[in-house]
Amino acid sequence: MAELFEKLSLYLQYPFVRYALIVGVLIALCSSLLGVTLVLKRFSFIGDGLSHVAFGAMAIAAVVGLTNEMPLVLAITVVSAVLLLRTGQNAKIKGDAAVAMISVGALAIGYLLMNLFSKSSNLSGDVCSTLFGSTSILTLTRTEVWICAVLSVVVVAVFILFYNKIFSVTFDESFARATGTRAGLYNLLIAVVIAVIIVLAMNLVGSLLISALVIFPALSAMRVFKNFKAVTICSAVFSVACALFGILISILAGTPVGSTIVAVDIVGFFIFLVIGSVKGGING
Amino acid sequence: MALLTCQDLSLGYDGHEIVHGLNFEINSGDYLCIVGENGSGKSTLMKTILGLQTPTSGKILTGDGLKPNEIGYLPQQTVVQKDFPASVWEIVLSGCGNRTGLRPFYSKTEKQIAKDNIEKMGLTPLIKRCYRELSGGQQQRVLLARALCATQKMLLLDEPVSGLDPKVTTEMYELIEQLNNNDGITVIMISHDIESAVKYADRILHIGSEIFFGTKDEYVKSTSARAFLKGGEENG
Ligand SMILES: Nc1ncnc2c1ncn2[C@@H]1O[C@H](COP(=O)(O)OP(=O)(O)OP(=O)(O)O)[C@@H](O)[C@H]1O
Ligand SMILES: [Mg+2]
Repeated sequence: MAELFEKLSLYLQYPFVRYALIVGVLIALCSSLLGVTLVLKRFSFIGDGLSHVAFGAMAIAAVVGLTNEMPLVLAITVVSAVLLLRTGQNAKIKGDAAVAMISVGALAIGYLLMNLFSKSSNLSGDVCSTLFGSTSILTLTRTEVWICAVLSVVVVAVFILFYNKIFSVTFDESFARATGTRAGLYNLLIAVVIAVIIVLAMNLVGSLLISALVIFPALSAMRVFKNFKAVTICSAVFSVACALFGILISILAGTPVGSTIVAVDIVGFFIFLVIGSVKGGING
Repeated sequence: MALLTCQDLSLGYDGHEIVHGLNFEINSGDYLCIVGENGSGKSTLMKTILGLQTPTSGKILTGDGLKPNEIGYLPQQTVVQKDFPASVWEIVLSGCGNRTGLRPFYSKTEKQIAKDNIEKMGLTPLIKRCYRELSGGQQQRVLLARALCATQKMLLLDEPVSGLDPKVTTEMYELIEQLNNNDGITVIMISHDIESAVKYADRILHIGSEIFFGTKDEYVKSTSARAFLKGGEENG
């Protein structure tokens, strides 16, 4: 045990390890906030589709040879989020089919591009790390850390400022619209924020595992708490705690960061499941 | 000027018309009941009044200082997802959403309004309870309290008593009558319960192949009512 702590404190002396922890916590916080809304509004499929789009965008960025691919990936993902939301609301086109088409298409094209144009000697390693997260977020560059930090702060601020509107639009969209809330605008806001979160979370867990980061905290919190505020706070705490544990474990045990975090999330979910069924729910 | 005026209003979806040539006026303090068969377009009329969809032709005018977003609304079926975690307090407070404008949080006044309406609906003991664990009647009262937070002038109720037992139904009608009499709130209600419609309302709008608008005394004598009332008796 003492050995573990020694190893940990040694690692923590390196600034890049501390950065990684900070970024991980911020990303976990952001991705948990909109989880409840996403799950309840049946937007989670959009989240899934977007993560594949982000993968495609990543491939394009790699092919073009950008040193910092984040801005391009962010732009493409945000635009796709807006487009997906539009088609999702259009009753004439089956929303989920469109999402499935776009997401699978993006995945295929992304891999194709990487295969055709990549100069990397370790192609399958590259693909794997984009899908499942880099073997360690310790390789994040300083710029990436800063972009992550700034975007996370923006996401949290937007969420707090629009918390009440997001609640109204999620709970009962027609009532919100009837009483003058511009529901379309807030749906758009939610979609854009999701896109930002996905691009952020890609660094941490890779594009295939993002949904886990969004959904597990919300579902876990919903087992135990029964009002929106408590669920939101609980899922934020849950997500941050799991991310922290996951990162520490992965540093110590040398496991891949993304899957370790998700594994901790799964364990947490089962713990909450048990608490929920034992207590029959807390009203606070 | 009347509180709400519908001029040559036609309703429908995607250019397909369901109701033509609606003309009526509602004054402050009126209690209007909308009746008609299933699928005749009652809910559609309500959604159009609320601005949730546009009329295919004609106009809806508001007067007497009524702003279009100051109408309280009780939907026919709330499309609330089954496992939404929300407390009574959070839901009622969200009715104040049209008062905040660009301000992100609710003020003391708005929280007081929510509290008062919870008290008025007799929900104070349930204030922290989870909405989805309440009975149907309690849920309806929560949504009514929310609607009251959004308005002091006009309530639109789409079948507020459907699915409630006779006792709770009577309580609900009395609650609505009190709001109309004591608080001077204009009520527009959709109902299939034609006897109570005739009992509580002072005006009736019948939508169907024939459109009728008038006082309840005129309605009882009219032809559109005769067929409908008889049908109701046979069924019940
Ligand atoms: N979203 C929609 N798109 C297209 N048509 C619709 C839509 N909603 C309702 N309709 C059609 O419009 C007509 C009127 O529907 P509406 O819901 O207004 O009836 P209603 O009078 O409220 O009936 P009920 O008594 O059953 O509530 C129906 O024929 C229905 O099929
Ligand atoms: Mg209806």
